[in-house]
Amino acid sequence: MTSELATPFEQQLVEHRGYLLKFARLQLRNESWAEDAVSETIVAALGKPQSFGHRSQLKTWLVGILKHKVIDIFRLNARTVVLETDPDTDHANDELDALVFKANGHFAQAPADWGNPEQDLQSQQFFAVLEACTDKMPAAMGRVFLMREWLELSSDDICKELGLSTTNLYVTLHRARLRLRECLELNWFGARPDSP
Amino acid sequence: MTPLMPTCKEAAALLIANEDRLIRLRDRVRVRLHLMACKTCPNFERQLLTMRSAMRQWRNYASDEPPTPKA
Repeated sequence: MTSELATPFEQQLVEHRGYLLKFARLQLRNESWAEDAVSETIVAALGKPQSFGHRSQLKTWLVGILKHKVIDIFRLNARTVVLETDPDTDHANDELDALVFKANGHFAQAPADWGNPEQDLQSQQFFAVLEACTDKMPAAMGRVFLMREWLELSSDDICKELGLSTTNLYVTLHRARLRLRECLELNWFGARPDSP
Repeated sequence: MTPLMPTCKEAAALLIANEDRLIRLRDRVRVRLHLMACKTCPNFERQLLTMRSAMRQWRNYASDEPPTPKA
């Protein structure tokens, strides 16, 4: 069938689909939202076919479109996005605090020396661990954290998009960063053979 | 009035807050004082810096990584 004969541009788009989906999932934490965001990205790209000298340029362009689609989805679903501040999560967060700090405000376990991280930041495995740590965050926390770190939205914009109070936002980001640190120390920096 | 010297937990909270917003001068001074006196928190501060560059690189490595092979 002629319809199956994709143009080189269409083929390239298909090749990037899996990659786009990975980020959409990580950010949206909802399979059908992620599928929607990626489909809309591809449709938008098809409407403006263009050629790029390097495949990474195409990727950057697609990621740029995806980010806009993701924000649209957050707008449509703002209520659902932040709904999950349930007592279970709060409880788990208190436990994390108690695990990291003693009652007198000292660290229960002193933060390790992560050494010179330059080499770690060259490693694909390191980023796989980083992604896994982000993925393990509760959905609402992960969304907010990646809005900051992947979508690079300002605190004000996140609050506006999601109807969050700034206090709520900062508490969420604080917990997310504390968790990420804990997770990296446990699964990467502490797991290295050369660490004390 | 808040005591001049924060605990590690407070200092850590301020260092984390600093990643997302400008903290008050008073708090910046308290954190600096704490970091000068504390043996454990300087590592924590360096870890946050590492995380910051890791996240920055993660956003960019995004565009260099070869596309995932089709499953």
